[in-house]
Order: sequence, then structure tokens, then C-alpha cells
Amino acid sequence: MTKALRFAFLTLIRDWKSGELAVMAFALLVAVTSLTAVGFFTSRVSATVNQQAGEVLAADLRLRSGRPIDPRYFEIGKENGLRTAEIQSLPSVIFQGQANALSTIRAVSAGYPLRGKLKIADEPFGVARETDQIPARGEVWVESRLLARLGAGIGTALTIGGLPLKVTQVLDYRPDQGSQFIDLAPSVILNLEDLPATSLVQPGSRVNFVILFAGNPDNVAAAKAALEAIKQPAERLVDINEASPQIRSAIDRAGRFLNLASLVSVLLAAVAVAMAARRYATRHLDSVALLKSMGASQNLVLQISVFELLFLAILAAVVGTALGYVAQEGIYLLLKDLVRGELPPPSFDSAWLGLVVSIAVLTGFALPPLLQLRNTPPARVLRKNAEPPALKYSVVYGLAGGSIFAMLLWLARDVKLVTYVVGGAVATIVVLFGAGWLLVKALSKFRGGVGVSWRYGLANISRRGPESIVQIMAFGLGLMVLLLLAVVRNDLMSEWQATLKEGAPNHFLINIRPDEAAGIATFFQGIGVDKPELVPMVRARLTHINSTPVQELTFRNREQAEDRFDGESNLTWAKDLKGDNKLLQGKWWEEGDGGGPRVSAESRVAQELELKLGDTVTYDVAGEPVTATVSSIREVQWDSFQPNFFMVFSPGTFDDSAGSYITSVHLDQQQKRSLIDLVRQYPEVTAIDIEAILNQVRSVMDRASLAVQYVFLFTVLAGVAVLLAAIQTTRDERRYESAMLRTLGASRRVVLLGVAAEFSALGLLSGILAATGATVAGYLLATQVLDLQYHFPSGVWLYGLAGGVLLVGLSGTLATRSVVSTPPVTTLRQG
Amino acid sequence: MTAATAPSIVLKTESLSKQVSSPDGTLTILDGVSIEVAAGETVAIIGASGAGKSTLLALLAGLDEPTSGHTWLRGSDLTRLDEDGRAAVRAKHVGFVFQSFHLLPSLTALENVMLPLELAGTANAKALALEVIGRVGLGPRSSHYPRQLSGGEQQRVAIARAFVTHPAVLFADEPTGNLDATTGAKIIELLFELNRGSQTTLVLVTHDQAIAERCGRIIRLDAGRVV
Repeated sequence: MTKALRFAFLTLIRDWKSGELAVMAFALLVAVTSLTAVGFFTSRVSATVNQQAGEVLAADLRLRSGRPIDPRYFEIGKENGLRTAEIQSLPSVIFQGQANALSTIRAVSAGYPLRGKLKIADEPFGVARETDQIPARGEVWVESRLLARLGAGIGTALTIGGLPLKVTQVLDYRPDQGSQFIDLAPSVILNLEDLPATSLVQPGSRVNFVILFAGNPDNVAAAKAALEAIKQPAERLVDINEASPQIRSAIDRAGRFLNLASLVSVLLAAVAVAMAARRYATRHLDSVALLKSMGASQNLVLQISVFELLFLAILAAVVGTALGYVAQEGIYLLLKDLVRGELPPPSFDSAWLGLVVSIAVLTGFALPPLLQLRNTPPARVLRKNAEPPALKYSVVYGLAGGSIFAMLLWLARDVKLVTYVVGGAVATIVVLFGAGWLLVKALSKFRGGVGVSWRYGLANISRRGPESIVQIMAFGLGLMVLLLLAVVRNDLMSEWQATLKEGAPNHFLINIRPDEAAGIATFFQGIGVDKPELVPMVRARLTHINSTPVQELTFRNREQAEDRFDGESNLTWAKDLKGDNKLLQGKWWEEGDGGGPRVSAESRVAQELELKLGDTVTYDVAGEPVTATVSSIREVQWDSFQPNFFMVFSPGTFDDSAGSYITSVHLDQQQKRSLIDLVRQYPEVTAIDIEAILNQVRSVMDRASLAVQYVFLFTVLAGVAVLLAAIQTTRDERRYESAMLRTLGASRRVVLLGVAAEFSALGLLSGILAATGATVAGYLLATQVLDLQYHFPSGVWLYGLAGGVLLVGLSGTLATRSVVSTPPVTTLRQG
Repeated sequence: MTAATAPSIVLKTESLSKQVSSPDGTLTILDGVSIEVAAGETVAIIGASGAGKSTLLALLAGLDEPTSGHTWLRGSDLTRLDEDGRAAVRAKHVGFVFQSFHLLPSLTALENVMLPLELAGTANAKALALEVIGRVGLGPRSSHYPRQLSGGEQQRVAIARAFVTHPAVLFADEPTGNLDATTGAKIIELLFELNRGSQTTLVLVTHDQAIAERCGRIIRLDAGRVV
């Protein structure tokens, strides 16, 4: 054993010095780095979640309600010796002169937060410090990005509702902001006592009322039990045990997705390892035969190979993990704005990931050819053509397949998901291989009509058919994903924006009191906007379907259904069917048809709640049950930006004065400025700028997709590893060919041009494959999922082809240069 | 103990045959070869190309398995041993010199010579190797890599590597085949000199009549048979 270890160590050093292991090591590094980078990053986010488990509620127990907090709840807190605090939050537009931005207003009472601490800074994006205070009366604390958007700073006066408030601190962190990806509106904090003066809270306004409790665990449990007994069904009571699992599972899912994305690089790297290992084994046949002729046993040969691989695995794991640690900073930088708060340093558990992946890849892909070495006939020292028997396919594919499946299972921890991924991967490989084969075939047709360099290059691609196809696949896949994320996604977004009607509403106005409706309509007419259609809205909670309490019903997808009845929904009523709605089933009501209270359900909600025509639904509207029969099912075109609702009731079902009104208008730049007058006149009305929200959605998508692209850059690197491995495999052959060509009179330039032609053509084929894949995927997304016109994506083809040619052409030519440059006499003398 | 294991006989074959299948049917490379080599003897195996010289050498050293017949080396019936068993016999009793030297390019001259000692787990490998390298006249160049040595020097290293374990039998396969006449002559001189000094049995495959005549005995092969 010691002998084997010593020999393995020496062999490793010698092979390393001679460059034999360079490609294998590079491929392993790509695999380990890409996987550990993702591992480290997700560990940071998970650690934040764990760290904040106690803080995430800013309390030990939190009750959220759509109505003002029942005073009895404060008494329950007091009786149990708990500290309490209150938050009221609502979306509203904040003004700073002409500038405005949607934000979430959080009015907090003294003592907030009960767990964790607020962090504030003296200047935007400045150094944060913890504080035990809340804003004083007349003050407001604002997030940096909101200040930036408003062009405001410390000391600026902001108008919130009808109240001017002075910015005194920059809000850096709230314990209950969580670490999930942001809600779209940044927060401001003000003193709860200032809230009434803003006039934002009116009947029907979308206010969240929250009461926080904190104290010793037994008392919290007692208070929780007491609250459970008397709270309204729509009120949500959450303690810290219930708060974190949701976030954790969201992060878990995101982590698994990124892991699977980085596994694509691992798989390609594994292909490169397999190719490099095959060449390594071939190159070592002679020395193994020599060792055996000197008396080395098969076992010793095997042990040397295994130990050498193990050393290499450990080395690659250590270096790759260190690189992964550096690379995760890249993901962090890209997602920094989306993940709130400082992330803790990564957990070193991910370092194990590096070692396991490194060993798994080597075992699955490098071991089989090395296993063969031990069967090298010693007679090879006398007869060059004595070869070891070919390996059994079951060993080669069994080990490779087994190691991939084990890695997938370990990373995804979900057999069903792994089965889908494996199925998808096999299908992709078959399609890509087929496409690659066709491309290589097609290429050979061009050989006749090109110059000598090109003919030589193209001939090489056809002759090394399978290797060429693997290289085309490797690069094609990486490029395809990058094209999809970078080009197709943008095209689709622009395509969708182009479908929006000129003059489509760009502002929503909510929280309009019934008595203000007429005044608001007049206001808009006054500034030259067509009279807006004001749509009534009531908030109510779904309690029964066909007289059975919804909690007692069983649904095919419980979670989706719960989202529909857990908490309050917005309902409306209308006389006529709107132009952007289409009836799918049933009939619209007519005035005086005597059909009683009826409701038209939007098709997706109908599906989730499993509603059909004739069913009855009962809503709790401010304590009063209202029952209606489902008389039709509608499809809604949501991106008309008109006020639309999932549930539309027949007129007369609700009391006309019950809720508030909502409308949407199109305002040009000039008219936008008048919004400030509107909000001054009607402070509780909230104007939401749709364009700003779309831009924010777009920026979030851009960031997230950049992070995924970053992970897929490793796929391109793995593609480079495959290319290098393929070049290494053909190195001796190329050296000999180049020597022969030059002996026959070809200049070095002609040979080099031939090589450049070969790799540029390979790159072109990869680009064609990538662009075709991205175009097809884009077409399917556009026509099947998004219902858009799809135009030929010229950008995809331009970037795909140019990227392929440059990337493969350059790296291939550079890697082969030294081979071509060897003087022919040296090569021919060596034989 | 059979006659084959008598102490003076270090190498013996009995009806040794080797056949391989080829596209044109079965090809007989060796056909019933029976020979005996006594300890300390020097034997040349000569014959035209394709006469079966290298195959016989491979079978004698246990590098390959015969189709039929037996080979005894130092009393061990190689044909009854598995590959590892034969390797163990080689580690203990056999040295090789090859036509194309077969030095490991990534090892220095010294490391190449140390290799068989390390494989056999011999202590003091470095000192022993240095001593033999000195004897082949390459002491000052022991830290050079094969590519830094001439063909003749490389073969000297290979000879040092063959003798360093004091093998009972040294097999040499066309040891001058890749060298010019002058260098070849020097190498043969060195080989015989070391052989005399260490009382090793030398089995030498060559097609050079002059070299063969320096050996105590010549075994001539023709179409796989001893003639």
C-alpha cells in the first residue's frame, strides 16, 4: 500500500510536470468551481434565514389583519406579560417635488421591532448602525434606493398622503424584511401617530394591520392559544416556527435550480475528463507494460492509478473550492440588490461538495480507462501492438451513469425531479447529437469548393466525426442557454411591450371613496384625460362553496386553492361585460332578468377553486354573508391594464356604498405632473405608476437572469475543457500530419490556416446549433406560452454565430498552435 | 523435484508453441520449442525477421502465455502461474534490455535505474543504483533525463537498470538494434563485461551473427522451430 501511494504520488508529480494532467485538472476545476460557487452562495442565503429565524417576525408572535387591530388583542398581550407593538402598512406614492415613487408605508409604534434591531445610516448607501429608536413625529426614515429614485436626501421633505415629513435617517435594514427577493416597493418608516394626519387610512384602503408580541415562550404560547380562540378567520397568526419554513423552501428551490444549472457544467466537464483520461491511459500503456515486465503486479498498477486519481481529486477539490469561494462573490454582487441585508460568510459545508463532485466525476469518467491499464499485456515491451482487452460497455456506462445519478440525487434531493432532469438530459443529448451529426454531414459537402487550408480543416472535422459532434454539442449547449437568457428573453420582453396598445393606461388609482368618485372623474377631465371608468371594489373573504365551508373542502391543489380563500379578495360588480373580457362558459346577466345574485368567475380562479356553472359562492363582506351563483366563466386580458377582477358580481349583489373605487388612466409626461395636485386634494388616493413597476420587474428579471447566465458561463468554460481534451486526444496525430504536410511543401501558414479553418467551422456549427435551439425555444415560448407574434431573432443568429466562431476558433487555434509549430524533422525522427 | 528444476538449469522449455488467429486463419509463430539454459550460460537466439525470436523471449520471461507447452524459470513453471505470479518471478529473477531502451521519459537516469529496486521494495535503492550507474560510466549524468542523453547513453542506463537487481537471467532484445555500429559494439562490450562480473545467465535475441558468436551457444529459429 505504501509502495502504491509513493508511486502514485511520484507519477502524479511527473504527469503534472509533463502536462499530461492539465486538461483533466482544468475540467475538474471547472466542475468543482461552478458547483461550489453556487453551494457557497446558497449557504449564505440559508444562513441568513436561520440567523433571522427569530428576527424574521420582529417579534415572537405576529398577527396580521385587514382591519384595525381588536383592542382585546392588546389586552391578551398585557395579561400574559408580553410586550406589544403595532405596525400599519400600505402601498402609497410618495412625492418629492415633481418626482414620485411607489413605496410601502410602514407606520410603527414605539417599541418596534420587538426582536432584532433597525439599522439606519446618516447618508444614502452609508455605513449602517443599529438603533433602538423609531422615527419621531414629523420624521420619516427612507431606504437608500427610494431616496435615489426621488432625488432626495437627508433633510428633504417628502409628501406622504397629505402630510409633509422630513427625512432624518436612511433606513438600511428591518428585521422583518426577510431575506426573500424584494417586494417591488421599497419601504419608509414613520411614527404610527403621524399616520392619521396623512389621511391614507380610509374605509376600503389596503392597509395591513399587524400586532407584534414578544416575551417568554410559555407566555407567548398562552397568548397564541387565547388569540386563536377569538381571532377572525381572515387574520393570520404566525409564530417563529411557522415563519421560516416558507422562506426556507423558496430558497431551497432557488438553490436547487442553480445547482442543476451548474450540473450542466459538471456533466460537460465530465465528458472532458473522460476524453482526457482515455488519452492518459493510452499514453501510459508503455510505462505500465514496463513496470509489469519488471515485476509490478496488476494490483499495484491498479492501486497506483486509483491513488493518483484520488490525489488529483483532492487537489482539484481544494483549488476548485477556493476558486468557487471567490466566484460566489460574483453571484453575490449580481444579486446583492435583490437580497436584502448583509449576508453572513458562506458555510464551509459546501467544501465537501467540491470533494464529493471531484471524486464522483473521476470515478465515473476517468476510472474506467485507467482500470484498463492494469490489464496491459507486459509483452507490449516487445510488441508495440499488444493492447489491453477493450473495456466492457457495462463498466464504462454503468460507472458514468451511476455517478451522474448519484450527484443529481444528492444535489436535487428529489427522485421525481431527478427522473425528469435525467429524462430531459437524455432527450436533449439525443436531439443535440442528431443535430450535430447532420451539421457535420452537411459540412463535408463543402469540401470540394474550398482552398487547400479549408479542405484540410473541414476534412478533419468529418474524419473525427464523433469527437467533432461532442465538441459542437458542448459549445452549442452553453451558447444556447446564454442566447436564451441574454437575447431571446429581451426580444420577448420588447415584443410584449410592443403589443401594448398606444395610450393604454399607465397609472392605477386605488382607494377612491364613493363620495370622491365624481370629483376624481372631473379632475381628470380637467387636465385633458378622457373621463375614466371608475370601477367599484369591495374586500371580502370567501367562506363557502355550495354552502360547505371552504376549509372543509378538498381540492386537487390545496395550496393554490388556499391562496384564493386565505385572506381577503377584491370583488367588483358590473352591468356589462368589459371589452377585454371574453365569456368562455355561461351567460352574462341582463338588467331586470330576475336571476338573483350571480357571479362571473375568471377562468384560472374557477379552475383552482374547481367552480362550475351553477355552483354557489359565499363571501363574508364586513361580517355580512353574501351568496351568489356562478353564472359564467371569463377569460381576462390582464395586460390591457384596465381594472379587472377575478370575481365580478351582478349589480345589486352588494350595497353600492360598501367599498371603494379603482380606475386606470393614461397620463402623458405633462399630465403626470398634475398627479401631485390630485394626491394633495385626495390624500388617501394611491396612484401607482405601471411603467415604473414594469421597469422594476424588468430590472429584477435582468438581475436574476444575469446570475443564471453567470452560472452558465461555467458551461462555456466546460465546453472549452471538452475542446482542449479533444485537441489533446488528437495531438500526436496532428503533429504527425502537420510534419507530413510541411515535408510535402506546405508552409506553416497554410497548416495553421487549416487548423483555424477547422475550429472556426466547428464554432460556426456550434453557433448554428445554439441559435437554432434558442430560436425554437423562443418561438415556442412566444406562441405557446406568451401568445405573442414571434419575429425572426436576427440578434440570436448574429451573436450565436459570431460567438461560436470567435470562441471555438480562437481557443482551438491557440491550443493547437504549438503542435503545428514543431519542426517536422523532430516529429518524423520521433516516428 | 523434476529434471526441469535441477539446479544447474535456470531456464527450460518443453514443446513450447504459440499460435495466434489472423484474418487468414491460425498462424503458428512458435512450434514445439524445447530448450534448456544452464546458470551462467550466454545464449543467443537468432533468426530472420518473423522467425519467432521475440515471441520466444516473451514466453521465456513470462511476459506472454504459450498456446501449449511449458516454461520453467528458476524452477517455477511459468505456465502454471497467473499474471501476478509471473510478475513476482520476474521481479525476483529477471532483468531486461530492450532495443528501444524503454526508459521512462519523465524519470532521470538515476530514477529509471532505481525503479526495479523500488518495485521490489529494496532498501537503499538510491545507493545501489548510483553504484551501478557509476559502473556503466554515467555517474556524472545520473540526474539527466532520457531526452538529454544519446542513444548509447540511454542504453547504458537501461543496462544499469537491468543489472541493478542482480537478476538470475538477463533477457536482451536486439540491444544494439537502434544504435550505430561503434556505439553498438561498446554496448555489447559493456553487457558481456557486466554479465561476466555478476554470473548472470544472458539470453540475447539478435539478428547480428557477430554478436551471436560472442555467446556461448546459439539457438537458431526458423519459422518457429529450433533448427
